[in-house]
Amino acid sequence: MEVLLIHLVNALLYASVLFLIAGGLSLIYGVMRIVNLAHGNLYAFGAYVTAWAIGGVAAGAPSSLLLVLLPAGAFAAAVLGAALEPTLLRPFYKRAEEYQLLVTFGLLMILEDLLRFIWGPYPLSASELFENFGSLTIGDSLYPTYNFLVIGVGIVAAVFLWAFIYKTRFGVVLRATSQNMRMASALGVNVNRVYVQAFTLGCFMAGLGGAIVVPGQSAVLGMGVDALVLAFIVVVIGGLGSLEGALVGALIVGVVREAGIAWFPEIELAVLYLAAAIVLLVRPAGLFGRP
Amino acid sequence: MSLLVTKELVKYFGDTHAVDHVNFTVKHREVLALIGSNGAGKTTLVNLISGLFPPDRGQILFRDRDVTHESVHGRIEAGIARSFQLVNLFDQLSALDNIALTIFSRDHKTKKLVSLASADGAVWDEAYEVLRLFGLDAKARMLAGGVSQGERKLLDVAVAYALKPKLLFLDEPTSGVSTREKAPIMDTVTSVVRSMGISAAIIEHDMDVVFNYSDRIVAMHQGTILADGTPDEIRRNEAVRTTLIGTADAH
Amino acid sequence: MSTPAVAASAIAREAGSLRHVFRWALPVAVILLVVPWIVPQYTAILLTYGLIMAIGALGFNLLLGYTGLLSFGHSAYFGVGAYVVALMVKYLRVGSMELFLLGAIVGSVIVTAVFGFVCVRYTRIFFGILTLALSQVLWSLAFKFFWVTGGTDGLRVPTPSLLAGLATGTGDKTDFMSHTYYYYVLVIFFACVVLMWVIVNSPFGKALQAIRDNETRAEFVGVQIWRYRFVAFLVSGVFTGLAGALWVPLNGLTTPDIMHWTFSGEIVFMTVLGGFRSFAGPIVGAIVFNYLKTYAVGYTVYWQLLLGAVLVALVVSLPTGIVGTAERLAARWKKGS
Repeated sequence: MEVLLIHLVNALLYASVLFLIAGGLSLIYGVMRIVNLAHGNLYAFGAYVTAWAIGGVAAGAPSSLLLVLLPAGAFAAAVLGAALEPTLLRPFYKRAEEYQLLVTFGLLMILEDLLRFIWGPYPLSASELFENFGSLTIGDSLYPTYNFLVIGVGIVAAVFLWAFIYKTRFGVVLRATSQNMRMASALGVNVNRVYVQAFTLGCFMAGLGGAIVVPGQSAVLGMGVDALVLAFIVVVIGGLGSLEGALVGALIVGVVREAGIAWFPEIELAVLYLAAAIVLLVRPAGLFGRP
Repeated sequence: MSLLVTKELVKYFGDTHAVDHVNFTVKHREVLALIGSNGAGKTTLVNLISGLFPPDRGQILFRDRDVTHESVHGRIEAGIARSFQLVNLFDQLSALDNIALTIFSRDHKTKKLVSLASADGAVWDEAYEVLRLFGLDAKARMLAGGVSQGERKLLDVAVAYALKPKLLFLDEPTSGVSTREKAPIMDTVTSVVRSMGISAAIIEHDMDVVFNYSDRIVAMHQGTILADGTPDEIRRNEAVRTTLIGTADAH
Repeated sequence: MSTPAVAASAIAREAGSLRHVFRWALPVAVILLVVPWIVPQYTAILLTYGLIMAIGALGFNLLLGYTGLLSFGHSAYFGVGAYVVALMVKYLRVGSMELFLLGAIVGSVIVTAVFGFVCVRYTRIFFGILTLALSQVLWSLAFKFFWVTGGTDGLRVPTPSLLAGLATGTGDKTDFMSHTYYYYVLVIFFACVVLMWVIVNSPFGKALQAIRDNETRAEFVGVQIWRYRFVAFLVSGVFTGLAGALWVPLNGLTTPDIMHWTFSGEIVFMTVLGGFRSFAGPIVGAIVFNYLKTYAVGYTVYWQLLLGAVLVALVVSLPTGIVGTAERLAARWKKGS
């Protein structure tokens, strides 16, 4: 029974991080109809910045300070996103889609090496915070308490996003722009500003995912592309452009992955791809997707 | 025996009854105009018959064959072709290439990987002939993206025609074209269609065009057929006059 | 003008463009033929690598330039070609280049068919990430099954015998590679170029371009989109797989990183560098890139950064690549004079 509980918590943990990454991707696509291939690297960037902040700069500081610094990665990713959208992405909205893909792919390569340039080729860890949280006893096992923080952040983020998008004025503007950009523009919405704000928010989410995950696992090179592929599976299942889809997709992927690890550890990734393939075959737009 | 018959064709988009139990027929060798205000269901009807999406209910019979669940490819093979309201061409290919490609596809020659397209003289001959029929032969070598709007409209029809269909659907072939150019376009289209014994169903908003060129008019309103008859009958039809007032060109 | 005359003139114009192609292609072919006699061995070997990459890029561009599908996972097929050869050496003790090529083609067809079946149902971003994801799966499998693939150490491939044993690399390896193997690759290169040229100018090729330009209309002139994309994917993958098979005896070794997405990125880069909207673009891009890489890699370890930055710069300012820009400049110069 306890084993099942632990698996469930692990699944939720994984799902929380995935929701943040995939949710950011979906949000950006929903509003701007673009997919940033470098999105995974913003997650990685967030992870590195936070690891550097709490594992390097503030190492040895009390947990409370480390907690405050934890979202540093999210804010860094947001700032990076805010700088990237108007400079590298906006010139390509009107051009053929291949160019958009090529530019964001180039960005992916740049960011990948930028991480190496700044922080070197070795993993960057920040496990102090993770350890400080200690562990809970669940049945016969000890379970890291920090993981509950991650799940908590995931839940708070989901709620906050939902409120933000459906209950605030900015959310209305966001939804209007995503449904009909021209109409929104004709009604006086500053579409460029909405775009950069949406993009920044999406990058913030990805960065936050990296930030909260890094105390539990180190920041390594290549984590960006791995995250991109996983986020992709989430949006395939849940549907691109839908936050509910990202949530449901993340939960499904979290559960399937955990089940895979528990019962078919050799082919865990293959089980995920299989699940994604089945969904694609049955509902090509994903469970909640729009074409 | 009719060329095309739809039986109780239904298509809903959420709450909107785009096509609501429509029984639509097209006879052999006739030019039919499909009129109605925006949202009446004309384009949806054409989309259903040409195979863009399947109906929710109902049947489509073409030459007595049930094509309701036939793919687009299958319907083209059967003899249904269509042009598009918003011109839909291969802009980076020449006008001649646009037609030639259509012929290659029609004759199942597009499966050929290891033979040069230019080697098949018959296809290019026929392509040029089609362009000539539509008065576009002078622009054969120009990119489809680079000719005038009226020419693009004609080319769009020519591409559909090149499929050698039995039934040709034309979606607003004169929209976006100056009044001066409308008559020549319609003259060309109807003369080609009539001389080749094809039936054409033309969605049109311009009542001049409708009354001058069609054998029969079908008026739709809110997803159903309001009236169906000769131009004279339609002209005298009260219901049609009431629903289309304000949307038709004033005459 | 009577119709047969117009059709004839159309064919004549195609032939004319063929003549135009020959005007460039012939001198280049002649130069390629005499290269081993006029340059140092090292340079000839470098060019061999370039020609091999050109075959791969040519295959890749059938999808990008002609069908409008941008694949980020072509390293997978290159890797399949290379690993099939290596595995044939390891398990079947085969040493004949012809058998290698045959095996690589069979392997590429199988993998490309499976991947293509999944991928071509989608376009643009979904297609792109799907190809990326699948190639990453293959890459991770090369690690996982290390007892088969040699893991990070990879597998060695000795000098093969060419032309069913007529030419064997028993002498000096560098000499063999810079002369005999160079010509072997060159002949295959010529054959691939001609084959690809015919394919893109065939009715099939026109259908692909129609799909690229206007998917809806292509469907409504009777082209069954999925099938054509699938066949294009298949041809594309096999060309790249062939390149992988030619590469591994030259390199002597194959490791999993040729199936990593970074190598896919290089294939994308070299094609964009040369110009993906032209036939010769990928060829030029591959040869130039290969040359540049050899020198740049010595200067910086931040190779990805450089590639990424140049890629962005290319897309922003020179989207038609080397060949496209050269054509534009040539047209302007001709107009001026």
